Amino acid sequence: MGAEDSRALPATMLDGLRAAAPVMLGYIPIGFAFGVLARSAGLSVAETGLMSLLVYAGSSQFIGANLLATGVAAPSIIVTTFLVNLRHLLMSTALVPSLRQNAAWQNALLAYGITDETFAVNTAVLQGRPASPRFVAGLHISSQASWVVASVAGALAGHLVGDQAAWHFGLDFALPAMFVGLLMPNLHGENRKARYGAALAAAAVAVIATVTFPDPNWSIIVATLAAATLGVLLA
Amino acid sequence: MMTIRPAILLLFLGMALVTYLPRVAPLAVLSRLDLPPWLLRWLSFVPVSVLSALLAKELLINGTHVDLSFSHPHLWVAIPAFVVAARTRSLMGTVLVEIASMALVRLLL
Repeated sequence: MGAEDSRALPATMLDGLRAAAPVMLGYIPIGFAFGVLARSAGLSVAETGLMSLLVYAGSSQFIGANLLATGVAAPSIIVTTFLVNLRHLLMSTALVPSLRQNAAWQNALLAYGITDETFAVNTAVLQGRPASPRFVAGLHISSQASWVVASVAGALAGHLVGDQAAWHFGLDFALPAMFVGLLMPNLHGENRKARYGAALAAAAVAVIATVTFPDPNWSIIVATLAAATLGVLLA
Repeated sequence: MMTIRPAILLLFLGMALVTYLPRVAPLAVLSRLDLPPWLLRWLSFVPVSVLSALLAKELLINGTHVDLSFSHPHLWVAIPAFVVAARTRSLMGTVLVEIASMALVRLLL
């Protein structure tokens, strides 16, 4: 087929580590900032690291630590976490064509590492082709390792640096920057017009839903459902 | 500093469970099924839609309202990154240019 298919597919864990570099660049300052916040919310260093290891979902960890600090009860924190992270349902579904040939236990482990950022890297690299589980494992393990280590470092040393240090260097902007870089390969597959249409629709619906919905957590899900459907109709 | 309170551990396990389920369920269930072509076609538009939705929220939204002012310059700062991404297709280059632009804007403002 096209030029995309002639490009060699990454197959090793080292390829995964390389592909994780921009994710790690974003996760290190943000994980550090999370560690600082978690300490000031009353979590111990060990609890901070454990949260990054077990939950491993950036925005819901920030929200969770904030809710803990204000004395919100555990059940409502868990419900909020569920709503914030429900969008991964669509990402996991979209990865099925690339991961279905793997053993069930491999996918059970790989699923743990699906985040907005690893999903974006996976889809940009794979373009729907079958993935080597080693590559995906390398990408997911390096990304999560950087998140856990950075949040522990923030919890340990946060009082020395403060959570504003990364802000001055623009490092909190690394993740949106990554989305800019990863949108391009996703726009320029086949059906280019339909892809641009879907992207514009998704942006518009996400913004309108965030501004108007009582619970903005649904905005990404609603925008994706609407925009992917429009994409199919335009293609 | 190294203590782990049982109630906190329980909370994290609950958060971990409700986060893991949406991540694993589609892969576990749908990988066993033959997906119809229309669904595969639909799924091929999910990445571009998710990314665009996430990016739009990052660049345009401050809290729960649209903010394009200079105190929330995310959209303007992203323009050089869009140019670099379109010209070079280099992810790392795009990220570094955007971080540098943001640092510069914050230094000057």
